[in-house]
Amino acid sequence: MIAIEQVSFHYPRSTFTLRVPGLRVGEGEKVALVGPSGSGKTTLLHLIAGILLPDTGNIAVGEARPHQLDDAQRRAFRIAMLGLVFQDFQLLETLDVLENILLPYRINPALSLTGEVRERARQLARETGLEPRLRHRPGRLSQGEKQRTALCRALITQPRYLLADEPTGNLDPHSKTRVLDLLFEQCARAKATLLMVTHDVGLLNRFDRAINLGELQP
Amino acid sequence: MRHIWFLAWQSIRFNRLQSAILIIGLAVPLYLPLAVNGLVNRYQAGLLQRALSTPLVAGGLGSRFDLVLHTLYFRGNVPRLLRMADVEAIRATGYAAPIPLYVRYTARHAPIVGTTLDYFAFRGLRLARGEQLLELGDCVLGGEVAVSLKLAPGDRLMTDPENVFDIAGSYPVKLRVMGVLEPSGTPDDRAVFVDIKTAWLVEGLAHGHSDITATNTDGSVVLNRDATNVTANAALLEFTEVTPQNIASFHFHGDPDQFPISAVIPVPKDERSATLLRGRYQGPESSVQILVARSVVEELMGLVFRIKRFFDANAALVGVATGLFLLLVVLLSVRLRRPEMETLFRLGCARGLIAKLVATELFAIGGVSFVLALIGAQATTSLVSLW
Repeated sequence: MIAIEQVSFHYPRSTFTLRVPGLRVGEGEKVALVGPSGSGKTTLLHLIAGILLPDTGNIAVGEARPHQLDDAQRRAFRIAMLGLVFQDFQLLETLDVLENILLPYRINPALSLTGEVRERARQLARETGLEPRLRHRPGRLSQGEKQRTALCRALITQPRYLLADEPTGNLDPHSKTRVLDLLFEQCARAKATLLMVTHDVGLLNRFDRAINLGELQP
Repeated sequence: MRHIWFLAWQSIRFNRLQSAILIIGLAVPLYLPLAVNGLVNRYQAGLLQRALSTPLVAGGLGSRFDLVLHTLYFRGNVPRLLRMADVEAIRATGYAAPIPLYVRYTARHAPIVGTTLDYFAFRGLRLARGEQLLELGDCVLGGEVAVSLKLAPGDRLMTDPENVFDIAGSYPVKLRVMGVLEPSGTPDDRAVFVDIKTAWLVEGLAHGHSDITATNTDGSVVLNRDATNVTANAALLEFTEVTPQNIASFHFHGDPDQFPISAVIPVPKDERSATLLRGRYQGPESSVQILVARSVVEELMGLVFRIKRFFDANAALVGVATGLFLLLVVLLSVRLRRPEMETLFRLGCARGLIAKLVATELFAIGGVSFVLALIGAQATTSLVSLW
């Protein structure tokens, strides 16, 4: 479960302050996070992931309190618990699709890159239709393929919580549906909790519920 | 660490053009001091080796550097010539066995070294092909000379005229190649060896011509004939080659004790004899100087190293400038790659590991640059040595 209580955060030299009095996402729930631009949706995801630390309040992700952990523990928490899909894919241009999917295993000493993991990466690529593109670098991929690669990278560690920041934002309707199907399918298979930022109201009916961040803030 | 190397390699491979430019940009300033150092070290080793194998050098008064370079490497001329009598004087001391050298002329630009057979024994020079010097007009070639001039035993080699505009000067002599020496990796490889008498023949101190004392001599070449003397005119042709047919007609004019030599290698019996011999020639009235070759070469190397220090200082400055440029490149590269690093961090990569990744890339580029510079410097040193 993700639980947020009385959280506030502001960026240095910025007038914007994010305030979330309370928010809960149950285990296995698929929740859409909506709100106007600049309402702090991405910031909230970063606070939950421990990439940013709140000025006040409490954040709980499962048993972990990311804001109470030290830097190394927060990294370990991110690796062990979370799968992150970013708005702009954030793939490494220097690596091909397969290596981008395996990247978490190359940069985290806590994870071991075994044959089983490689097979899982191939399996994910098969399921997402990326198999013929495994040896291609991101520069040669379409937007949809890039997003699917980013999704595979988030899923490769089999996370309990998937935080996705507008993963369908840059996609055409067909790719959008495909990515979303895949996301739900993988979450259902892994019994993972999904919290996804989206602007697309047409997708909201596919989620268990939607939280409007603009309405949450006092 | 395996993963760090993998990611670094992928990054270098992806940015191959930039990496190649960086590698070359680093390799060049590394190459220069390495090559200079390699060359100086090789020269030093070569110079010292030759000097160590030549304990003493004797010659006329003047520059000791000129004398040692002339005797050891057959380079340049000595300020003053000695006479053959000086060789005998050294022998007469009983302290050393003197080996005379007369190096003044060239044959197709290779120095002609007039000496005795003792020289070959002293240097440990062995024949690869052919025979040793037997008669006047014979020569033995150093290994490199034989290869570069494409000569073999039985061939002929013409000496170079000393001055083509001096018709009164010595005439070129056609030498007979008797043998070729095994390569020794020393200046002996680049020399043409003749007997000291052949060197004097090249000088013009000996010559051969038809016998004009015979009564059946062509009268057109005889200017005057009396009971004790025959005078020939310029039409009398001198032989330019010593052959079995004309060898008997070759003769020297003058006292052989007064014939010139350019240097002597006195081979002392032992260290004590060497010291005593040097003492014998240290007086102000002595017209011969005896030098310890090693000391002179070390002094010479000291001068070279003083110049090398300027190169080193220059290389250090270039290194600092290159380092600053590299720092700038790294800082710009880090700025350019900030999104990539941010991604790595968000995915759980420690900042230290990200720094290690950048450092590994730099290390790999620096390592390749260094290896390239080292290979280049080695190749240059080898090529220059061959040349």
